[in-house]
Amino acid sequence: MFSFIRSALALLILAAALPAHAALKVLATTSDWGALVNEIGGDQVNVYTATSALQDVHRVDAKPSLVARARTADLVVATGAELEIGWLPVLIQESGNSRIQPGSPGYFEAASVLSLLEKPERFDRSLGDIHPQGNPHVQLDPRNIARVAQALTDRLAQLDGAHAQYFQQRAKDFDTRWQAAIKRWESQAASLKGTPVVVMHSDQTYLCRWLGLQQVAAIEPKPGMPPTAGYLGQLVTKLAASPPRVIMLNAYNDPKAAKWLSERVHAPTVVLPFSVGGTPEAKDLFGLFDDTINRLLAVLK
Amino acid sequence: MMSCKALAALLALAGMTLPVLGHAADDVASLRAEMQALKNEYQTRVEALEQRITQLENAPVGGLAEATPAPQPAPSMGSAGGTGTAFNPAVSLILSGNYAHIDQDPETWRIGGFMPSDGEVGPGERSFNLGESELTLAANVDPYFSAQMTAALSAENEVEVEEAFFRTLALPSGFTAKGGRFFSGFGYLNEVHSHAWDFADQPLVYQAFFGGQFKQEGLQAKWLAPTDLFIELGAETGNGSEFPATRRNRNGFNGATLFAHVGGDYGDATSWRAGAAYLDQRAEDRAFETIDEFGLPLTNAFTGKSRTWVVDGVLKWTPVGDPNRRQLKLQGEYMQRRETGLLAFDTEGSDLTDDYRSTQSGWYLQGVYQFLPRWRAGLRYDSLDSGTPRIALVDSGELPLSAFPALLPADPDRISIMLDWNPSEFSRLRAQFDWDDARGENDWDHVLRLQYIYGIGAHGAHKF
Repeated sequence: MFSFIRSALALLILAAALPAHAALKVLATTSDWGALVNEIGGDQVNVYTATSALQDVHRVDAKPSLVARARTADLVVATGAELEIGWLPVLIQESGNSRIQPGSPGYFEAASVLSLLEKPERFDRSLGDIHPQGNPHVQLDPRNIARVAQALTDRLAQLDGAHAQYFQQRAKDFDTRWQAAIKRWESQAASLKGTPVVVMHSDQTYLCRWLGLQQVAAIEPKPGMPPTAGYLGQLVTKLAASPPRVIMLNAYNDPKAAKWLSERVHAPTVVLPFSVGGTPEAKDLFGLFDDTINRLLAVLK
Repeated sequence: MMSCKALAALLALAGMTLPVLGHAADDVASLRAEMQALKNEYQTRVEALEQRITQLENAPVGGLAEATPAPQPAPSMGSAGGTGTAFNPAVSLILSGNYAHIDQDPETWRIGGFMPSDGEVGPGERSFNLGESELTLAANVDPYFSAQMTAALSAENEVEVEEAFFRTLALPSGFTAKGGRFFSGFGYLNEVHSHAWDFADQPLVYQAFFGGQFKQEGLQAKWLAPTDLFIELGAETGNGSEFPATRRNRNGFNGATLFAHVGGDYGDATSWRAGAAYLDQRAEDRAFETIDEFGLPLTNAFTGKSRTWVVDGVLKWTPVGDPNRRQLKLQGEYMQRRETGLLAFDTEGSDLTDDYRSTQSGWYLQGVYQFLPRWRAGLRYDSLDSGTPRIALVDSGELPLSAFPALLPADPDRISIMLDWNPSEFSRLRAQFDWDDARGENDWDHVLRLQYIYGIGAHGAHKF
């Protein structure tokens, strides 16, 4: 028992004696925020991304490896609006890390600087897995990314004042390239405006809204509720009158229901990356939107 | 005394007013300079704001920018009118119940070879049953502490404080401390609330060794290593109020628990956690009822040391990345307990006391496979080994072994299969079937339970 305490103490002292790392340690909940922190932080940040684009970020295990990353993080970058509510609070609570507690400078929520769509009128779970603060899948509107980038830059500068100028310089450079890219994407996708589409879940709402796609139906009857055979049957009848041009899927979605519907309403499906890393082409944030628009244009040709 | 205070107050007041008077005496020039500085500052602020407005006006039409560009506070569920509800803690309520079909009389259920724990053990009663309703309130107290309480409302119309504890938020260097009544960090399943179990009940080893779950009133300290590998060390002490300990009328700490957990990922698809823990407790007159050879009830009691250790492991394999589509969860724990001390026979009658020594062990292994979204199937095997206790009263020939029917050596086993359907994150319907030989008599009981679990209120978050 005493030798146990002694070795624990020795470990502690060792840990305290380790030199502090120069780069800020950032735990990002999704690959998009991870990519954004890298764009702004450059070599002054060390980013760990908690989830992959093949996961549904609503439901992720609070894995021990993530608790360990939360322990050493200087900054947690989350989407917020209760997207990560099933697991992030556990990571923060178990981390024993006071720097990343909500309300501290080390806790950042992207949703806090955005105005969210689809704020529910009624808070009732019979409506499905709704988010009281609005739709949290904000990353598919690039203008949101630009806004989050600004706030994130301020936060990085606050946490590492010595590199504030470095972050601001990189953010400025990113913003210039980003605004140019938005113009390019908007002109490339101009022909898509008004296209009737079927989505999987309300997580493509921001994309539809940005590109002017007309969302005629969702495969999920209610947020988070998988479709039943009966509901899909009704959908076929409903869509027969005004068929969609394409059914949009995210990389993490199970394609079964979409494929089934695709055959019946004679509209192709397209798998979109949804997040950085969702497709081989979506290597970074620029790749995410390049690939999303390329795939939409290719399928709607 | 009063005059002393008054003098001090006067001095303090004087200290506060003197500089003000000094300022008033300053010349007008410095005031002017300050005013100018303020003016300049506001000028730049206004310019910056104007610039932002122009930027926003030039933003693409149809965007979200024109709606509300300003950061917006999170909407609160409570009324904004200052009715005092904005700081209400997160409230969640879990409702559960079952329908049970049990072949053998559940009144006769017991774990063969183990001293009864007086806990929540066994398959429950026949027919329809209301399970425990768990009401949890949780919130941060201030920047330094959070607090949580779970009250269990039983079908017998009793309220039990299942857990009620505070936890630190701001200790440095990866430390957290917890105090109050809480489930011990011993083992893997001990801390898990019943609604989050993968089967309708606890493994036999938990039922035999802790009467369900080990908790007490006390303190816990945990330290998480600043490494990429998850390494957590913890220690607990308390009043030893629950089985296998007893509350003794003594000052100071009663017993200790030490635990260590290690965990990480193996590739993209596999994550794991392994642990070991040691529980050192004392019992004083830990009574248990038994039936003697003539069928009459009598009370025996154990006094002495009770030491338990456990090794536990859990592994989750998620082949497609998304745990909602497919996931395999494998989990197992092995425990061993040594008890040494005195065993008293018939404390209210003949009251014979002599040495007692036992080494008992048990383990379970279970796998739960999510084979479709919403659907999970599971298999669990339980095994206990009561060992052969050394009872000096028996060894000396004073009493026959049959005087202690509860302590006759036995090897209880159980096999459970379960299937559950989870329409959403907040509801679960489960069917579980057990081949149960907890009595250790090779006379297998068959237990079928159809169970529901519903959660309303705040969205819960569960540990790994």
